[in-house]
Amino acid sequence: MSLKDKAALTGVGETAYVKGTPKTGPELQFEASLKAIADAGLTPRDIDGIIPIGITGNTAEEFIMNFGIDDLRLSAIIPHGGASGVASLQTAAAAIATGVCKHVLIAFGRNVTSGARAGQRIHTMPQFHLVTEFEYPLGAISPAQLYAPMARRHMELYGTTSLQFGEVAVTCRQHALLNDNAVMKKPMTIEDHQNSRMITDPFRLMDCSLENDGGVAFVVSAAERAPDMKQHPVYLSGVAVGHPDSPSSITQRPDMTRIGIAKAAARAFAMAGVTHADIDVAEIYDCFTYIVICQLEDMGFCAKGEGGAFIEGGRLRLGGELPVNTHGGLLSQGHLWGLNHVVELVRQLRGEAGRAQVKNATTGLVTGYGDQGDGSIAIMRRG
Amino acid sequence: MDTTKPAKPVPHPTPLSAPYWDGARQGKLMLQRCAACGKTRHYPQMLCSACYSTQVKWIEASQRGTIHSWTITHHAFHPAFADELPYTLVTVDLEEGVRALGRYNSTQLLKLGLPVRLRFENDAHGTPGLIVEPEV
Repeated sequence: MSLKDKAALTGVGETAYVKGTPKTGPELQFEASLKAIADAGLTPRDIDGIIPIGITGNTAEEFIMNFGIDDLRLSAIIPHGGASGVASLQTAAAAIATGVCKHVLIAFGRNVTSGARAGQRIHTMPQFHLVTEFEYPLGAISPAQLYAPMARRHMELYGTTSLQFGEVAVTCRQHALLNDNAVMKKPMTIEDHQNSRMITDPFRLMDCSLENDGGVAFVVSAAERAPDMKQHPVYLSGVAVGHPDSPSSITQRPDMTRIGIAKAAARAFAMAGVTHADIDVAEIYDCFTYIVICQLEDMGFCAKGEGGAFIEGGRLRLGGELPVNTHGGLLSQGHLWGLNHVVELVRQLRGEAGRAQVKNATTGLVTGYGDQGDGSIAIMRRG
Repeated sequence: MDTTKPAKPVPHPTPLSAPYWDGARQGKLMLQRCAACGKTRHYPQMLCSACYSTQVKWIEASQRGTIHSWTITHHAFHPAFADELPYTLVTVDLEEGVRALGRYNSTQLLKLGLPVRLRFENDAHGTPGLIVEPEV
């Protein structure tokens, strides 16, 4: 049995994405959830499966209590960091395809600007225990420092440049300027990128994603119900998850330039029955600029080592051959663990992406990346 | 020790990793080798992924290798490291076929494959950390 077209994205919701709010993570997660459920034309009691993303929001039990859900049939925790949102689509589709659930809610919310920064948060997480024991005492504190050697090796092996990283950053910023719900509102040039301070070589400040507060959610429903629901249906045609080799230590990874999505992408494309040329728009997880380039290679849009050249010439910009992160991404819209990428893809395929709309977008993909290289990918099509 | 300085993170050894830290305090880089099939592994883990044996013989590494990659950190992600900036973290391919992370202690330009030696040095808290220097 394949999950192809068994599920549809039927509702999406976002709070304002901001730096600083009195609202808590759980509050932001509920706010976004209610918006997504209303967008789907459902009531909270219609939800029979819940996948809360991360640990900064509510438990499934809180959803049951607050939403008055009578019979929740599925709750799951998907432990892939920034890959969790897209990975949870696979879980939701599996639950729907097997008749366990009809409407699964996937939701995230956090307030990070008032708490600890990412660099220190990860050392409380079990999947980082090797880093915490063997690398943290040496001064390897933040994800930026864990991923920088991946980028550095790619640069040394293949000649990838900081200017090419800059093209990713500038592309995301240009797209964020078209989005009213983006944290970053000022234009960025390649010179701005090159002049931004070095954080951990080769990553400059403008190679790094934002830390901000917000909530985001979406509803996944049984495909056969979608045509009768409120919004134009967007079907989940292909979905897959992959772990990199040596998933808990990048230091020990045989090929530092190859991440989990390299294993997942071929499965997702095969399930969807589409090719790379069919992809009209791609929302690619962008915790750091280099990670976009790496994923384009690992998904097979170009060969390993050719990603730097591939993204040149405005290929990723609106109007280019492969528009990427049309909402501004984690780099310039906001860091919501990539669930904002899922929302944006749904809007693109509904034709509701406003000034960032890719004309006639009918097929698109969204990726997730997290926890040192876990990868997830979903391919969706307009019904 | 200056008590006004923020404390650095310290490792919390487990029964699985204790021999590594015991060795490190004596200046030795210790690696797990499967007592059943001979496969060397690092960081410490419970099972040999080749034969699933839990039996381990700890070996002393040569503490020589080559540069695999690096990052030069300019931002104080943790206040305890602020006065060491910039510092360089290097990933080293050890002769034993596994890798180690260490702090680079040289002005010599880094490049892939640069031959290096590793030694342990205690930080202010007495935590042994790997120092990496080019072969002379």
